Amino acid sequence: MKKLLLVLLSAPLLAFASGAELHLDKAPDHSGDYAALQTGAKIFVNYCLNCHSASYMRYNRLQDIGLSEAQIRDNLMLAGNKVGDLMTIAMQRADAKVWFGAAPPDLTLIARARSSEFGSGADWLYTYLRSFYRDDQRPTGWNNVVFENVGMPHVLWELQGDQAMGQEHKLELVRPGKLSPAEYDEMVGDLVGYLSYMGEPVSEFRKHLGVVVLIALTVIFVFAYALKREYWKDVH
Amino acid sequence: MASSNFEKFKSDGTVLGDVTEWIDARFPMTKMWKEHLSEYYAPKNFNFWYFFGSLALLVLVNQIVTGIFLTMHFKPDASLNASGVPVAFASVEYIMRDVPWGWLIRYMHSTGASAFFIVVYLHMFRGMLYGSYRKPRELVWIFGVLIYLCLMAEGFFGYLLPWGQMSYWGAQVIVNLFSAIPVIGPDLSLYIRGDFVVGDATLNRFFSFHVIAVPFALAGLVVAHILALHEVGSNNPDGVEIKKNKDANGIPLDGIPFHPYYTVKDIVGVVVFLMVFAVIIFFTPEGHGYFLEYNNFFPADPLKTPPHIAPVWYYTPFYSVLRANTVNFFWIDAKLWGVIFMGLSVMVFFFLPWLDRSPAKSIRYRGPLYKGALAIFIVCFFILGYLGILPPTPGRTLVSQICTILYFAFFLLMPIYTKLDKCQPEPDRVTFK
Repeated sequence: MKKLLLVLLSAPLLAFASGAELHLDKAPDHSGDYAALQTGAKIFVNYCLNCHSASYMRYNRLQDIGLSEAQIRDNLMLAGNKVGDLMTIAMQRADAKVWFGAAPPDLTLIARARSSEFGSGADWLYTYLRSFYRDDQRPTGWNNVVFENVGMPHVLWELQGDQAMGQEHKLELVRPGKLSPAEYDEMVGDLVGYLSYMGEPVSEFRKHLGVVVLIALTVIFVFAYALKREYWKDVH
Repeated sequence: MASSNFEKFKSDGTVLGDVTEWIDARFPMTKMWKEHLSEYYAPKNFNFWYFFGSLALLVLVNQIVTGIFLTMHFKPDASLNASGVPVAFASVEYIMRDVPWGWLIRYMHSTGASAFFIVVYLHMFRGMLYGSYRKPRELVWIFGVLIYLCLMAEGFFGYLLPWGQMSYWGAQVIVNLFSAIPVIGPDLSLYIRGDFVVGDATLNRFFSFHVIAVPFALAGLVVAHILALHEVGSNNPDGVEIKKNKDANGIPLDGIPFHPYYTVKDIVGVVVFLMVFAVIIFFTPEGHGYFLEYNNFFPADPLKTPPHIAPVWYYTPFYSVLRANTVNFFWIDAKLWGVIFMGLSVMVFFFLPWLDRSPAKSIRYRGPLYKGALAIFIVCFFILGYLGILPPTPGRTLVSQICTILYFAFFLLMPIYTKLDKCQPEPDRVTFK
C-alpha cells in the first residue's frame, strides 16, 4: 500500500520534464521608488506612447507616483489633452497593422500578461528590451532573442547601440550607443518599473491595506475565540 | 424535535414582543428560528472539518454581493472600442482602476471563485471521511452534488466574462467538446455558442447564465440542501446517530443547540478563513497564475490561439480525465470517450450513497481497505489536477491514464472492498478525539 502511494506521489516528477526553457534576467524592483518610476514614466511617454497605447491608464493617475497635475500636464502630455484623459494614441490600428504586420499591443497590462513560470512580467520585459540584435533577414532589420521575429524595431537603439548575434548564441555589442551598457540597463529597469506600476497602480496601497486588514482580523479573532471558549465551557 | 408543536410567540407587553407576536400570527418566524437555529440539535463533537459548510455559505454570499456590484459596471460586449480593445475587457480594467474600491470588489469575486471550490472540495471530503452521504442523508448528498455541478457551470460561464485570451480559448475548447457527440454534436455546440465561433452572442448568453439563471438554481439548491440536512440531522466524526439517545424532553443527549454553540464556533472559523482570504486578496491576488491566469491579461484574440490552453485549477482533475483516453474502441472515437469519461467522473459522485456497503460510516471505525482506497483516490485527484495544468506529453498521458483508472476503481470497486473490509464496532455515543 505504502509503496503504491510512493509510486503515485513520484509520478508527476517523472512526468514533469521537457518544455522549452526561457532564461530571463531579474528586473530590479522599483515598487515605491518614485524617482525611478517618474523617470520610467518619462521614457514611456517619449519612446513607447506613440505606437503603443495605455488605454486603461489616465494621466492624472500618475499622482500615485508623486507627480502633481501641473507637472504631469507640463512634462508628460501633448497640448490639447486633458489631465483626466486615458493614454490613447492617434495612430490608427489599421495603419499600424500595415506598417508593422500587427498592431502594437496596448501596454497598460503588459507587465501582468507577460508573467509566466519563467519569471515575472517585469523580468520578461527587462530581458526583452535588452535583447534586440541586428538581423538583415527581418523587414525592420532587428530581431529579438526573447521574442523571435518580433514586428517591433529596436526603438531604443540610439541609446543602447547595435548588438549582433555572436558565437554560441550570445549577444555582442558591436557599436556603442549614447549610454554605457550599465546606464542602459538602469534606464530599462526604470521603464520596466513604470510598466509594472501601470499594470496595477493600486498594488502598493493594496499591500498596505492588507496589513491593516490582517491586524484588524487578528484582534477580532481574539474576541471571537474568547467568546467561543466562554460558551463552550460546559460542553466538554 | 417534532416541528409541529412549536408554540406561537406570546407578547410580554414590550414593543418588540408585540411586533414578534404580530409577525408570528402571520409568518412562522419564531418557529423557523427554533427549527433551524436555537432548537436544531447538532452533535457536540464536530471537529475542524465541520467549518466548511458555513464557510461555503459565506463565500456564496460574498460572490453574490460582490457580483451585484461588478454587474453595475461590467459590460458584456465583445465589440472593439476606439483603442481596439474589446469593451468587456476594458470594462473590467475600468472596474480595477476607475471604480472606487472596484479593484477590491473584483479581487474578492475572482479569489472568491477559487475559495468556493477549495471550501466545497474540503466539505465534500469531510462527507467522504465520515460517511455523511449514507442513509438517511442520501438526499442531502444529492442536493450537494447538484450544487457542485451548478458551481462548475457558474465558474465556467463567469470565466468567459473578462474576455481575456484564456476566457476565450477555454470556452472555445469546452464548447467544442459537445461537438464530439454523434449526430447532434456540431449543431449542439453551434446552438450553445450562438455563433460559429465564441463571440458576442456567446458572451451575452454566458453573462445571462452567470448572473441570473445559475445563481437562481444555486440558491434554491442550497435551501434544499439545508432543509434536507435539518430534517434528518447532522452526521458527526463518529458516524453515530445522536437521535438514538434522547433525554426525557426528546433532546438528543449528545446534541447541543446550533445557536449559540455552533454560531459562536463558526464565527471563529469565519475569522480564520477571512485571514487566509485577505492574505490572497491583498498580497497575491493572481495566486501565481492559478487564481487569475496571466494570459488572461491579454484581451481575447480569435486569430491568435495560445500554444497552451489550461482551464483554471478547479477543473483540472476532470480536464485530465478528458485528455487521458487516447484509444478508439467500441466504434467510438477517443475524443468522445474522453467526454464520456469526464462526464462520468463527476456524475459518479451521485451514486456514492449506494456504492458504499461498509457497516461503519466513519473512517474512524472503518478497516484498512477503505482507508487505503480513499488515500489513493485523493492522491490520484491531486495528480490529475496537477497534470491538467500542464501541456500533455506521452509520459504525463500515461500517468493520467493510470490515475483515471484508479479514480474510477475507487467508486466502482467500492461495493466489494467496503464489504470485505474489517471494521471496528461503532460506539453508542459520540467521542471527542
